[in-house]
Amino acid sequence: MTAHAETIRSLRVEHITKRFPGVIACSDISLSVGQGEILALVGENGAGKTTLMNILMGLYTPDEGKIYLNDEPVSFRSPADALACGIGMVHQQYMLVPDLTVLENVALGMQNALSMEEGKGRGRNRMKTDVRAVRTKIEEISSLYGLKVDPDAYIWQISVGEQQRVELIKTLCMGARFLILDEPTSALTPQETDDLIQLLRRMSSKLSIIFISHKLSEVKALCDTMVILRGGQLVYSGKTADHSAADIAELMTGHTVNLSMNRPALNVGQDMLVVKDLCVRGDRGHLALDHLNLSIRAGEIVGLAGVSGNGQRELAEALTGLRGIVSGSMVLDGQELQGKSPLDIISCGMGYIPEERNIEGIVPSMSIRENLVLKDIGTPAFSRRGLLKNKTIDHNAKSLCETFDVRCPGTETAAGSLSGGNIQKVILAREIARSPKFLIAVYPIRGLDMGAAEFIHRQLLDLRDSGVGILLISEEMEEVMDLSDRIAVIFKGKIQKVLEKSEANQRKLGILMAGVEEFDEAV
Amino acid sequence: MLDFIVLFLTVGIPLSSALLLASLGESVNQRSGIFNLGCEGVMSMGAFVGMMIPYAVGGSGKVAWYVNLSGLVAAALAGALLGLLFGVVVIRFGAPQGIAGIGLQLFGTGLAGSLYRHFIGGAEGVAGINAIRIPLLSKIPILGDMLFSCNPMVYFSFIMVPVISLIMKKTPWGLRVRACGTMPRAADSMGIKVQRTRYEALAFGSAMAGLAGAYMSLCYAKLFTDTLIGGRGFIAVALVYFGQWSPVGIMGGALLFSLAQALQLAVQAYGFATFPYEFLVMTPYVLVIVVLIFASKRKHVGPASLGKPFNREMRV
Amino acid sequence: MKRFKLWYRCGVVLLSVLVALAIAAVILTVLGANVLDTFRVIFVYPFSSIKNISGVINIMIPLSLVGIGICIAYRSGIVNIGGEGQMIMGLTLALVVALNVGEMPRALAIPLVLLSGMIGGGVWGAIPGILKTRFQVSELLSTVMLNYIASQFYSYCLRVPMLDPSVAGGSGDPQTVRLSESLWLSRMNQLFPSLDKNMRFHSGILIAIVLALIVFLFMWKTPAGFKMRAAGASERAARYGGINVKNYVVLAILLSGACCGLAGTVEVLGVHHRGLGNVSGGYGFSGIVVALFGGLHPLGVLPAAFFFAVISYGCNSLQINKIPLPGNTIDVLMGLVILVIVSAQMIISNKYIMYRAERWVRAHLLRAGKERA
Repeated sequence: MTAHAETIRSLRVEHITKRFPGVIACSDISLSVGQGEILALVGENGAGKTTLMNILMGLYTPDEGKIYLNDEPVSFRSPADALACGIGMVHQQYMLVPDLTVLENVALGMQNALSMEEGKGRGRNRMKTDVRAVRTKIEEISSLYGLKVDPDAYIWQISVGEQQRVELIKTLCMGARFLILDEPTSALTPQETDDLIQLLRRMSSKLSIIFISHKLSEVKALCDTMVILRGGQLVYSGKTADHSAADIAELMTGHTVNLSMNRPALNVGQDMLVVKDLCVRGDRGHLALDHLNLSIRAGEIVGLAGVSGNGQRELAEALTGLRGIVSGSMVLDGQELQGKSPLDIISCGMGYIPEERNIEGIVPSMSIRENLVLKDIGTPAFSRRGLLKNKTIDHNAKSLCETFDVRCPGTETAAGSLSGGNIQKVILAREIARSPKFLIAVYPIRGLDMGAAEFIHRQLLDLRDSGVGILLISEEMEEVMDLSDRIAVIFKGKIQKVLEKSEANQRKLGILMAGVEEFDEAV
Repeated sequence: MLDFIVLFLTVGIPLSSALLLASLGESVNQRSGIFNLGCEGVMSMGAFVGMMIPYAVGGSGKVAWYVNLSGLVAAALAGALLGLLFGVVVIRFGAPQGIAGIGLQLFGTGLAGSLYRHFIGGAEGVAGINAIRIPLLSKIPILGDMLFSCNPMVYFSFIMVPVISLIMKKTPWGLRVRACGTMPRAADSMGIKVQRTRYEALAFGSAMAGLAGAYMSLCYAKLFTDTLIGGRGFIAVALVYFGQWSPVGIMGGALLFSLAQALQLAVQAYGFATFPYEFLVMTPYVLVIVVLIFASKRKHVGPASLGKPFNREMRV
Repeated sequence: MKRFKLWYRCGVVLLSVLVALAIAAVILTVLGANVLDTFRVIFVYPFSSIKNISGVINIMIPLSLVGIGICIAYRSGIVNIGGEGQMIMGLTLALVVALNVGEMPRALAIPLVLLSGMIGGGVWGAIPGILKTRFQVSELLSTVMLNYIASQFYSYCLRVPMLDPSVAGGSGDPQTVRLSESLWLSRMNQLFPSLDKNMRFHSGILIAIVLALIVFLFMWKTPAGFKMRAAGASERAARYGGINVKNYVVLAILLSGACCGLAGTVEVLGVHHRGLGNVSGGYGFSGIVVALFGGLHPLGVLPAAFFFAVISYGCNSLQINKIPLPGNTIDVLMGLVILVIVSAQMIISNKYIMYRAERWVRAHLLRAGKERA
């Protein structure tokens, strides 16, 4: 079905502008990709990369600007239009329906592609899914590019790496001749990333690719040309080879990046949190944590490195009492945590910066001042004889907003209307103001701009120096290596190994994250 | 005792048809991600429209057959139309579906009742659709009366069980509907028109609810009253949970509920006059609650995006 | 921007009112009524005399009590459509007490009966709360079932244990004996003799106003209310903030049920003065409309309840005003209003639509302005 389709010789976008309420996500952006080319689209989170690609895919309609395919103007009103022209995208969050099989997912996409291309031939495959044709197509594509998948497995059964292969196959089966990959390596181990880069190189002989990433090493390894976006504007377009990684980083962020902020820990004390043989079940009933052991001292940051989905979420939830445990023990400064309610654990001195700040960290529809006292509302500090002390609450909010540089129209503003960075500052302010003994920070800077991220990191380091133990859970290897005093690698619910900062490097961590324990020979 | 069981089943099976049709329809709605609590209102409108046409046109013999059929078709259309109206509110505007469903329920039952008072008035009946005896099979003792001498719509409702199952599992449309109910974003990225698919599913499911209503007025009671549907729409929604979105499970639930109701009717008929009948009437409802408690203990298999509106350009 | 927001909101509200009126007009025409006359009876007639206004307020009382109850639940993340059942169970328990208090002094007996009504409704309301938190049964379904169960239970109570011996065996609807006059809620003109003698609405209105104030203070000025609102607005954030969400959900629907139970009790003590069938009269459902219309705020519920009481009284008066419309018309209007309100709310709260509307208006106004220049 792709045989007769026209090859994509060039794709150009010109002067694209897209506004969202309160932000200009893309402003006057132009770029072009030729046949067989791999273009890197580089930028920080929130720079407008994903918005631009969603416009290319017809998911958003641009407010201004045009798209040209083989020098002819096209307008995409929905993904169906883009797919019909042969443009396919692999999204950062995989667009696969978890309770359908691989085959069904591909069939779902292909039917639409088929019915659009064949027009009149719709009736033929309208009433029944042509399973055999889909299966043949999957086999054809997977042998062409060397992508192995099991067509009859359910999506929820297969690993993240496999899901990505399914995404690729699905997109190709739908007739894509132009691929957009949105941060394809974010959930992969370094080794899987290398494999992917090899694969994309092979593919580029037959396809054009836009590769979105903010990981500079990958960009330099894979792409010849790149486009850098910052704050919705195009700041650089040209050859990758002309610039060093540090130059690119500077273009991305707009200021010289202090790549390393950490200073050695000064104030390391006794064991603060000790986790022994912890077993916890995940949402699907499997053992997400399997006899996990970890201890963290006062005044140090321990980074938890690992590919997401290896038990990080479950560990954080177990430690905060949000998830019941099967067996094992957790001791915080001499107090047992297992079996306690979240409130009891909070009063033991546990602080928590949750993964999804918008729905777990704050109550979005409540005001900033209310969110700042969420954890302490019942205590004598903020209520007396069953009534709230509104003046104290106001005062608390004003002083915290000042100290933590929360930029807001006023403390009565709904917390959910703030930007991600300011929401994170509200959460951090609340947690630090409660003077915790221990803090769990899950992906603390994900999706934040560089300024807010630096601020959050500085606060975490200050907190550490004041003698608080911190567990930092992150999938950004650089963040973990930079901030942590020790690094624990988690794999399938177990701690593979704990490394001192001095002995850790990307390669070692990568091998450990992939589940190889004895890496001395491998290195 | 045998009489009792026969009575119990011959009453119970026809009772289950309306529930079965409505509940299957609701399961299609929910598979696409729309929770339609207004099923009751749709059924009421179906019941009124389904009876209105034969009542107004009349006729006998072959003509009556066509008139009745057009009543059923009109009921399905009325249902689909109400479904689309609901769709505008919950799909286009993304309104909270539970509350909007209550609105649809009030609107539908109120409108059906008002139109009935205006156009028909008192307790008028229609000849309606009668049971047919399947040749030979209906001669089988006991079973023949129970299973093979039913109303054609009863057969239709039970045939719909495998039909819906096939539609959802084997057709491209069913696959699309399920994708929209589980992960609309993924469906959208594959070029599926999520909102349109949801409208289609809602129209289809509501048409079935309309048919279920018409079954009540045209085949079961052969008349219309304000209380004809009597909460069957809500029970139908509950049965979807009971059956865990599987047509066979829903059929089991519909039969269980109807048999419980038949049992209480049979007990009443066999005259335990001293036992207050109110407690018998409430048993099926208690049963639903008990069953829901156990249904929720099982593994969660429902559509993951049930009740969540989808808007492509909304930034969360 | 601020100014546009205001205009935008007003515009959407106005538009939705117009849409609702237009659809209602079509339906009324189909039902063969004169649209203008009908609207006149529904919206103007209730204000035509003090007697009519009193009638409106008598309807407003239970509506606002139920509406306040719905608010508590809704703010805490629960859609309570079990108001009917909770009213009935509250009033059943209240009747049990009322029929057995004997010669207790009025100042003691009335609070006791009201309290028992609240307990009855509260306990019945707690059931779906427990079902939801312990067994994950959706309250949307369990409350509907509990409504049927409650109404059967009540009709049994009326028919057998509480039956007025004088109607036993007769053909009339079952009802209880008349409650002793010391339990009746006084009418306003009895309470304040200086008032017009046609001010016949009962003092339940004072209960409604006081309850609205108490609930407002409770939800917005106490830690418990704070926690309930947090649990309702974002369950996960509340859970992580150390709030025992499950307990607060049960507490919220319990309080909600207590308000509904109180509504049933007040209705009997104020209007019917005896237990009889159909006291709840759909208030459980219309209470939801009232709560939504009142912005889910107890103080907003009072005017909203008044507004709907006007419509409701107007619809009930259609027959005496020789407009041939059935009583069900009120349900049609209520349903229509719910559908229109929820749509309008979504349009108003959807920033994206507002943003596009603003840009559209700007572009067109600017163009118009330029052309004029």
